[in-house]
Amino acid sequence: MQTTTVHETHADVHVHGPGHGGGHHHTETFISKYIFSLDHKTIGKQFLIMGMAWAIIGGFMSVLFRVQLGWPDETFPVLERIFSTWFTDGKLNPEAYYSLITMHGTIMVFFVLTASLSGTFANVLIPLQIGARDMASPLMNALSFWFFFIAGVVMFASLFLPTGAASAGWTIYPPLSALPQTSPGSGNGMTFWLIAMVLFVASTLLGGLNYVSTVLNMRTKGMTMFRLPLTVWALFFTAIIGILSFPVLVSCVVLLIFDRGLGTSFYLSNIVIGGKALPYAGGSPILFQHLFWFLGHPEVYIIILPAMGMVSEILAVHSRKPIFGYKAMIFSILGITVLGFIVWAHHMYLSGMNPFLGSVFTLFTLLIAIPSAVKVFNWLTTLWRGNIRITPPSMFAIGFVSMFISGGLTGIWLGNSTIDIQLHDTYFVVAHFHIVMGIAAFFGMFAGIYHWFPRMFGRMMNETMAYIHFAITFIGAYLIFWPMHFIGLAGVPRRYYSFNEIEAFSQYGDLNKLISVATIIVFLGQFLFLVNFFWSMYRGRKSVQNPWQANTLEWTSPIEGIHGNWDGELPTVHRWPYDYSRDPNSDIDFIPQTVPLTEEEKKDKIHH
Amino acid sequence: MAEILEIQEEHHTNLLPTPDNGEGGEKTAMNISYGKTMMWYFLLSDAFTFSAFLIAYASIRLAQAWWPNPNLVFKSFPGLGHTNAPLAFVSVMTFILILSSVAVVRAVQEGHRMNQKGVMLWMIGGIVGGAMFLGCQAWEWNHLIAEGLRPFYNPFGPDANGVTHLVEEHMAVSPGPIAFGALFFGITGFHGFHVFTGVCINIWAFFATANGTFQRRGHYEMIEKVGLYWHFVDLVWVFVFLAFYLM
Repeated sequence: MQTTTVHETHADVHVHGPGHGGGHHHTETFISKYIFSLDHKTIGKQFLIMGMAWAIIGGFMSVLFRVQLGWPDETFPVLERIFSTWFTDGKLNPEAYYSLITMHGTIMVFFVLTASLSGTFANVLIPLQIGARDMASPLMNALSFWFFFIAGVVMFASLFLPTGAASAGWTIYPPLSALPQTSPGSGNGMTFWLIAMVLFVASTLLGGLNYVSTVLNMRTKGMTMFRLPLTVWALFFTAIIGILSFPVLVSCVVLLIFDRGLGTSFYLSNIVIGGKALPYAGGSPILFQHLFWFLGHPEVYIIILPAMGMVSEILAVHSRKPIFGYKAMIFSILGITVLGFIVWAHHMYLSGMNPFLGSVFTLFTLLIAIPSAVKVFNWLTTLWRGNIRITPPSMFAIGFVSMFISGGLTGIWLGNSTIDIQLHDTYFVVAHFHIVMGIAAFFGMFAGIYHWFPRMFGRMMNETMAYIHFAITFIGAYLIFWPMHFIGLAGVPRRYYSFNEIEAFSQYGDLNKLISVATIIVFLGQFLFLVNFFWSMYRGRKSVQNPWQANTLEWTSPIEGIHGNWDGELPTVHRWPYDYSRDPNSDIDFIPQTVPLTEEEKKDKIHH
Repeated sequence: MAEILEIQEEHHTNLLPTPDNGEGGEKTAMNISYGKTMMWYFLLSDAFTFSAFLIAYASIRLAQAWWPNPNLVFKSFPGLGHTNAPLAFVSVMTFILILSSVAVVRAVQEGHRMNQKGVMLWMIGGIVGGAMFLGCQAWEWNHLIAEGLRPFYNPFGPDANGVTHLVEEHMAVSPGPIAFGALFFGITGFHGFHVFTGVCINIWAFFATANGTFQRRGHYEMIEKVGLYWHFVDLVWVFVFLAFYLM
């Protein structure tokens, strides 16, 4: 009697729900399977491949301008032959230099570390780790990728404009970005940049709404919020930050488009160019900075939170220990999310903003050190006396913690409005944010790729290549950015094309050479990763079902990856994801989330 | 029979499949479907867009020494020629938009009653109200443009006593702050764009209702989601109205 009722209800609701029952096999063409796919795993891979392409482009741009900064007196006819529009007489044009740093920042911040990092891992991991067949709306998910793709096409096309790509820096401060007569890159290049970013925000919004509603509404039986892996928690809050901050970038960009196209004066006032007074009046460039950084600061948490989530998961799995302070981790993510919205003006201490406001923002900025430190201590205590397995993911995860500490400590310097008077817009800032959100996020991303590669492609990556890749990247990243702290303390400003004419700064020429050499080596080192990635995809050792002996649900779904993720019923969850090494007498040191609680466990109520 | 009901009741709390993945799962947040979750988060995000615009408005306006008096700018009424009816027309516009929101509330209510005809009737009310609002906005824009207002020029300037006048009438000593036109067209335009998309969505929802899509689906949740968007657009207008016309 009972089973009949269950069955009927089940079938009835199934018809109305959007769920994709396991075991359905549609006839799929190459295009529907790999290109216009609605499967979250495929969309995740699309984000990943696009992100890798963008990372190579963005990384190569940094090589080009590091060549200029490292050897300002040399000429490079070879480079001129390849990039004839950017070089004159074997030297990088100043206009091209500014376009390159602008596009390097834009590509790395938005296209690689926002869209690709979140896009890849939210897509691959959220449905698999919460026990869902797919995203809440697979169509919106696919649209999110294609908006990202089109935004990329527009941004890439801007590199080939006769007047060059946008060159006002990735923060596109007006009036430089608003007036085409101020620099060649502020012409069509900036227009393309703005269009690309509006498309990009549409992509972020479509993806973010989907991630949030999937986490809230699609969890399988037993997967309560406090049984979610920390990856999912981090991706969830990342999506919320994106939903709330990117719209403000839209407002900011729309007003800039009006200033450029309709002659309005939102950000412009009293400007004289070439002796000619322009008619703009009453606008405020500081207003732009407020609107921009209201996105721009939460943006750094959009970048770092997914990496933090993955590192938490990976450290627990590879040190065979429960994550230390699971709830503290969640509440620190929440704390970072909330505080992240009220610290934006620490980018603007020297903008002419009221100094009193500066001290308020100093307070909030320093408060963020608390949840950040909670996370760092929890990672260290997770590692502490763990049965650490040295694997590529664990190396990169530990590398992440190292980078986050190094970069985080300089953040405490920069958060103080008084110290910022000396350090603002110097190489100290460049070193700080590259280590804490650039390199650290890349390390999180690499850790994630090495860890979930078997989940994505059913094969293992080559470990030898991975360790060499780790060594080059880890040592190289410190070689690039550590010296920049000292150059920055000496007051060397960022974004300058050449220091030849400035004696106080040209004395750091040798350090700049060292940095440039390290940059080139690290850039080349990444090709080892690429080779490993594509070689392993086809030739790598076949992965077993659960190669890292992890507890989370994604390792219970067939490793070859099927549409709908699980054959038959969805798994039921009985415990939190961090039951590692619970029984010292047992050979098996992990208990997957699908294993029911024993009678003893039911009695002690901790962690379930 | 009683037994079956009891079992079903039990399932409702434990195993009954949620509508969202169709296969059972954990309780959803606030007990709402994923579609509504998405809509609420989207509205939250859109609220941030509008907030950014209104904060930009406030910060630019507060930095000006003088600002046109809305009672003397918005004083015309269609068909009445040179009249002095401060804020009369915008009050009518606002009232129309609110009525259209009320109509959509009724459509949602009829949806709960599974009354297809009722939903269609009240959706027409919502659509007509929205279209009328857009028509009013078009007239008002047209009128202000005829008076010389542009995104880069504001003919409403102060006279010697600081009272708002049109420059063309030679009463004002100088044009007013140019931000006025830019902000007015920018923000009411962005709101009008939302009304326009809302009307389009409402028209789509009307035809989907007429086709019986929601009747067959067994619920009118889509009308609720469309309604949420429509009420949001209405709510935003309250703030736009406050900023431009009352302050």
